[in-house]
Amino acid sequence: MGIFNLFGAGTFRHGVHPPSHKAATAHQPIRRLPFPDHLVIPLNQHIGKPAKLLVKKGQEVVRGEPLASADGFVSVPIHAPATGRIRDIRLMPSARGEQAMAIILHVYAAATQEVLWRNPVDPGALDPQGMIQAIQDTGMVGLGGAAFPSHVKLSIPEEKSVDTLVVNGCECEPYLSCDHRTMLEHPRELMRGIRYAMQATGVSKAIVGVEENKMDAVKLLREHLHAQSDISVEAVETKYPQGSEKMLIKSLMGREVPAGGIPLDIGVVVNNVGTLAALGKLLPVGEGLTERVVTVTGPGVEKPGNYIIPLGTPIGYVLKQVGYIGGENEFILGGPMMGPSVSDMETPVTKGTSGLLVLNEPEIEQETRRIWPCIKCGRCLNACPMHLNPAYLGLLAAKREYEEMAQTYHLNDCFECGCCSYVCPSNIPLVQHFRIAKAINREQAA
Amino acid sequence: MAKKPAIELRTTPHIHAPQDVIMIMRNVVYASLPMAAWAVWQYGLSALMLLLVVVASCMLSERVLNAKQGNTLGDWSAAITGILLFLTLPPGFPLWMGVIAGFSAIGLGKALFGGLGMNVFNPALVGRAFVQAAFPVAITSWTPAFFDGRFTTLIPSTLTAPFMIPPETGEWNMQVAVDAFTGATPLGLQKFDAVSTPVLDLLTGMTAGSAGESAALIILVCGLYLAFRGMLDWRIPVAVMAGTAITAAVFHFIDPVAYPDAMFMLFSGGLMLGAWFMASDMVGSPVTPAGVIIYGLLIGFVTVIIRLFGGLTEGVMYAILLGNAVTPLIDQVTQPRVFGHRKSS
Ligand code: SF4
Ligand code: SF4
Repeated sequence: MGIFNLFGAGTFRHGVHPPSHKAATAHQPIRRLPFPDHLVIPLNQHIGKPAKLLVKKGQEVVRGEPLASADGFVSVPIHAPATGRIRDIRLMPSARGEQAMAIILHVYAAATQEVLWRNPVDPGALDPQGMIQAIQDTGMVGLGGAAFPSHVKLSIPEEKSVDTLVVNGCECEPYLSCDHRTMLEHPRELMRGIRYAMQATGVSKAIVGVEENKMDAVKLLREHLHAQSDISVEAVETKYPQGSEKMLIKSLMGREVPAGGIPLDIGVVVNNVGTLAALGKLLPVGEGLTERVVTVTGPGVEKPGNYIIPLGTPIGYVLKQVGYIGGENEFILGGPMMGPSVSDMETPVTKGTSGLLVLNEPEIEQETRRIWPCIKCGRCLNACPMHLNPAYLGLLAAKREYEEMAQTYHLNDCFECGCCSYVCPSNIPLVQHFRIAKAINREQAA
Repeated sequence: MAKKPAIELRTTPHIHAPQDVIMIMRNVVYASLPMAAWAVWQYGLSALMLLLVVVASCMLSERVLNAKQGNTLGDWSAAITGILLFLTLPPGFPLWMGVIAGFSAIGLGKALFGGLGMNVFNPALVGRAFVQAAFPVAITSWTPAFFDGRFTTLIPSTLTAPFMIPPETGEWNMQVAVDAFTGATPLGLQKFDAVSTPVLDLLTGMTAGSAGESAALIILVCGLYLAFRGMLDWRIPVAVMAGTAITAAVFHFIDPVAYPDAMFMLFSGGLMLGAWFMASDMVGSPVTPAGVIIYGLLIGFVTVIIRLFGGLTEGVMYAILLGNAVTPLIDQVTQPRVFGHRKSS
């Protein structure tokens, strides 16, 4: 803050300004989608060890009841998103491409779908340890897309000291607006969630960073601060990838996460607004995470909007509900800059699914444009938020000098944000090259 | 709902900025057309024929020599090379030499390195340097602008038969010139006769020289168009101009009589064209943010040094070629500091 505010909203260097496409969804209230007739619930919706199965085929479950428990510390439980019967437990397609073990839940059409299983706690009485446990019990993960278990993120190792909680309300990916709507509609839950996170980590200060294109949210959240001076809400420049942890910390605090490090190394812990708002809602009543807000949008959708969708809902069902227009389409889970594209309509909405984006022909056509040689325009260098040299990395990748890429040109600092590919006039799939190079380096190291 | 084959997985990001190579190149063509048109207006039919011949030669050479890459005419880069090359030639340059200039620009300047994106030097300047060495007389035979009947008659040297020495144009110059025409460019006048041309004349193109050497104003406007559309890195021409102005100012300060001032240096010769359209050529210039500044300043500095102390009147061309040559080195030493690292690698 401080001197950064003298120059307008805080920001980081480089990055790109893709058209936001948020208007179609940002102004409508969050709506609820009906339950489908079946859910596909993968056991590995989070990063870490897949959850341990607690139920058997044929078993009846009620909404909210744990279906699987955390398998160790870096793991979270999974709760039944609906009342119904376990139809099967088998390998199913997942958003990450490979098949994953999943529970197929037949949803009872006649059930009221109230949450019937709870394990309430008194948040005020919890010490940090107890708070971490309570957070793990909700099955909470980073809802911004990372799906990293929240309780792990909020556990501060003894040798580290943390002073600030950064609350990420940037939502810098084009098209997405679920965090924006959450801030507008659930400011109280968000504030509560921020308190829980502060309680768990013992930090004395929290900063909510929101991109300047959401000033209504900034204003509203500030009103909800009342006299709490240990929480502040700051606007940051609207620019992709403002919502990446490293960039947001730089923008808000001027601190730089060292290469290969994490925010903890510089005394910061980052959580997404959607995650903390969900935590604020679920933790005091002792409910698990069974549904989430998903932005369903894109030119291929008739009724774009933000929908509360039960976890495990197949995207084919979602599309039917929102009026899928049809045609030559591409389906993306998350935002268009980093979200994976999926083709199987049985792919479920999971904890990390922030968006379901349907792009149609003109957008796809752009993707299949001719690839030209690198013309050394330097745009990628001026876009890369990590200040890498994607042009040279791309040339090395073409020569298969993967080791050189990592050793001399810091390939491993690339977090695949896509800015370089986005600006490249030669349409070189730089990110794809870098992904392959990293995979090969990993394999050789193993 | 149509199920898509599972193998058809697309990679991130799924959206792209609208500008691609073709769009950029096409706009460079648009931006260079006013300059070419101005040259034709100044010199008439001869200039028009030379323009067409040089562009055709470049495009044909591209099609034949870069056939490996497929049909690359669509990227417009050969056409750009042709137009820029034309702008560096004297308007009465024999057409057959124009063919050679175009061929050497693409052949030596581009195809030899592997085509678009691979070339080290600006192809138009390679072509120009080649014919400068091959035809030193023809390349410095200037003819007066705005001569009467320029749209109906040709400059005598234009139609020289292939492999023939072009006729002397000195006498013809005297006949057609509106004012006393010495056949010397402003830089030549300055260097050999210590006559300074008013900056206003330089700006508006009321001087002798190659098409691209005159009319600094048009070049500036065309360059600014590209800069505003984000299709040209404005830092390069600005750095070239800064390097030129600073170096010239220092010398002018030391000895105002012997050395011309910065304004003259900026607006005479091919400096404007070189700065805005050749030094800024993406392929031959550095990619790092600091590198482009160093590169531009270097070109400006070398240009002035050659102009003041070299045997040639014009130094921009060699300065840019030198800049192209050291670009890989500049890139190497100006790698930006990577986020989260202490110092640059
Ligand atoms: S994908 Fe990697 S190299 Fe490209 S801009 Fe992002 S961080 Fe830089
Ligand atoms: S943006 Fe593309 S063409 Fe330009 S320097 Fe980078 S890789 Fe090369």
